[in-house]
Amino acid sequence: MRPASIGSSVIGPGFFASSPVHVALVVGAVAAVVSGVVGTFTVVRGQSFAGHSLADIGTAGGSAAFLVGISPLYGFVAMNLVAAGTMELIGIRRPRGRDVATGIVLGAALGLAALFLYFDATSTSTTGATINVLFGSIFTLPSSIVPIIVVLAVLATGLTFSLYRPLILSSLSPELAAARGVSLRLVGIGFLVALALAVSLSAITIGAILSTALLIGPAATALRLTRRTGTAVAAAAGFGVGATWLGILLSYDSYYWTPSHRGWPVSFFVVTVVFAVYLVVDLLVARRAAAQRPSGREVA
Amino acid sequence: MFSQFMVNAWEASTIVAVVAGVVGFFTVLRGSSFAAHALPNGAFAGAAGASLLGVNTILGLGVFSLLGAIGIAGLGRRQRHDVATALAIVVMLGIGALFLAMTTEYAPEIFSLLFGEVLGVSSSELVPTAVIGAVCVAAIVLLYRPLLLSSVMPDAAESRGVDTHRMELAFLLVVALVTTMAVPVVGTLLIFSLLISPAATARSFTNKPLTALGLSVVIALATVWSAIALSYTSNLPIGFFVGTIGAVTYTIGRGWTAWRHVWRSSPGTSPSGSSRRALVAASGRRTGNAEGGKI
Repeated sequence: MRPASIGSSVIGPGFFASSPVHVALVVGAVAAVVSGVVGTFTVVRGQSFAGHSLADIGTAGGSAAFLVGISPLYGFVAMNLVAAGTMELIGIRRPRGRDVATGIVLGAALGLAALFLYFDATSTSTTGATINVLFGSIFTLPSSIVPIIVVLAVLATGLTFSLYRPLILSSLSPELAAARGVSLRLVGIGFLVALALAVSLSAITIGAILSTALLIGPAATALRLTRRTGTAVAAAAGFGVGATWLGILLSYDSYYWTPSHRGWPVSFFVVTVVFAVYLVVDLLVARRAAAQRPSGREVA
Repeated sequence: MFSQFMVNAWEASTIVAVVAGVVGFFTVLRGSSFAAHALPNGAFAGAAGASLLGVNTILGLGVFSLLGAIGIAGLGRRQRHDVATALAIVVMLGIGALFLAMTTEYAPEIFSLLFGEVLGVSSSELVPTAVIGAVCVAAIVLLYRPLLLSSVMPDAAESRGVDTHRMELAFLLVVALVTTMAVPVVGTLLIFSLLISPAATARSFTNKPLTALGLSVVIALATVWSAIALSYTSNLPIGFFVGTIGAVTYTIGRGWTAWRHVWRSSPGTSPSGSSRRALVAASGRRTGNAEGGKI
């Protein structure tokens, strides 16, 4: 078999010629990198619930914007910034209190989303908007969205990197950070704003499922492999981009898998890749840790 | 407002509110809000799968929420809990997206699973709701003491021979059952709000576990009843009212705590510390002390 035909049997015909695929690859990579950077700190700080919630909360803003006829992206971002502020405002220092605060904000926002989507559905007689916001459709992105995406990406990563040192310090040792004069509150708000921007960017482009998958999965994998934050950030971004591209490729190929020619969703493939990599890394790291203890007793 | 189909709605929502009030108390106490969100939301994949295979929705929801509970508990052994939950929910939703892509004409059904259709509950749906609800409450009654202890003081629970990992799994399985029971009648959004807000509000008013549990049930009932009445009269979605009422009652609860804190600003007794003591005392052997203990 000639190399070219091997290539075309792995990569479906027209993959690199297709303009929607170009946009999907670029936007997916941007979302994955931003999610990897912000996600590493999200995992370290134990804010996965907030990270996931913002993807759902933004739906309320998106559907409200849809109702008044402006781009859902702006509604999404605005709603997420308000929600992040509210979480920090009512958030209690202890993790369990923060858990409840996130839950209350999420519940209220979903209630609003139900209301706006109801108005959307009654004014346009379609529930398609719900499905689109929830599951995203990376292949239907207009290329005009790219500049806005880039601005959001620069803001989110820029904010995270400008808070880099105080973020690490306040995440690992709040007492030490406070003793060194770091304002925990300010760092907390700053990070939540970065998280809100990152999640808005990914949720509106690749959907709520992939937003959480790329925020948490690659970062959790990277943090199993290394304790160095800088290395983990780079590895998480790398894993994320790899999983996204592989997922897009598989989804594109899946069109030719079934006789009915109905492609399988990108989100399914990306999630599967992210989770499989996590499981393998987790098992290998656990096995190595067990092997290094000669007594053989695994400490849970 | 009380015609036949509305009677079904009142009955179904009453069952759901009682169960959610009871289970919600432990959800808030354990900091398991994310799991309470992830299981009902992720279980939608089961509903989509059930519709693909042409089997009962409850079966699909049950299988997926139980697998999700086992997955969260399993991943949680070597990983932070919130991360384990996030991984579990994305896997479930990813599979759901696949099922959804394989079926057609599913959008309105998704909408109803997410936001509930309590006004469309049929009489035949009431029986499974009541049976599974009773199982949930029975499980909580049976597990009450070890669950309370492992929620408040995991270390002390371990030293008394309570397996906290097994408790976590048991509790998640109860949440999975609540999901299976509630999602077909009230939807994922409603059951999540009902698991969090009433219990969180109740904890602002009292530190005694049984009182908080009872108050949580009362607030859940009040929330859902007024939401149905408001939804019926205004013709707006019930999920909006449950979410908003939940946020309002929680704000009132927080306001009450803050006011009481200022009012009795006796130094040295932080409310969180005293609530912790009361809970620890109640989960220990001598419950009598907790009743007499100061709050």
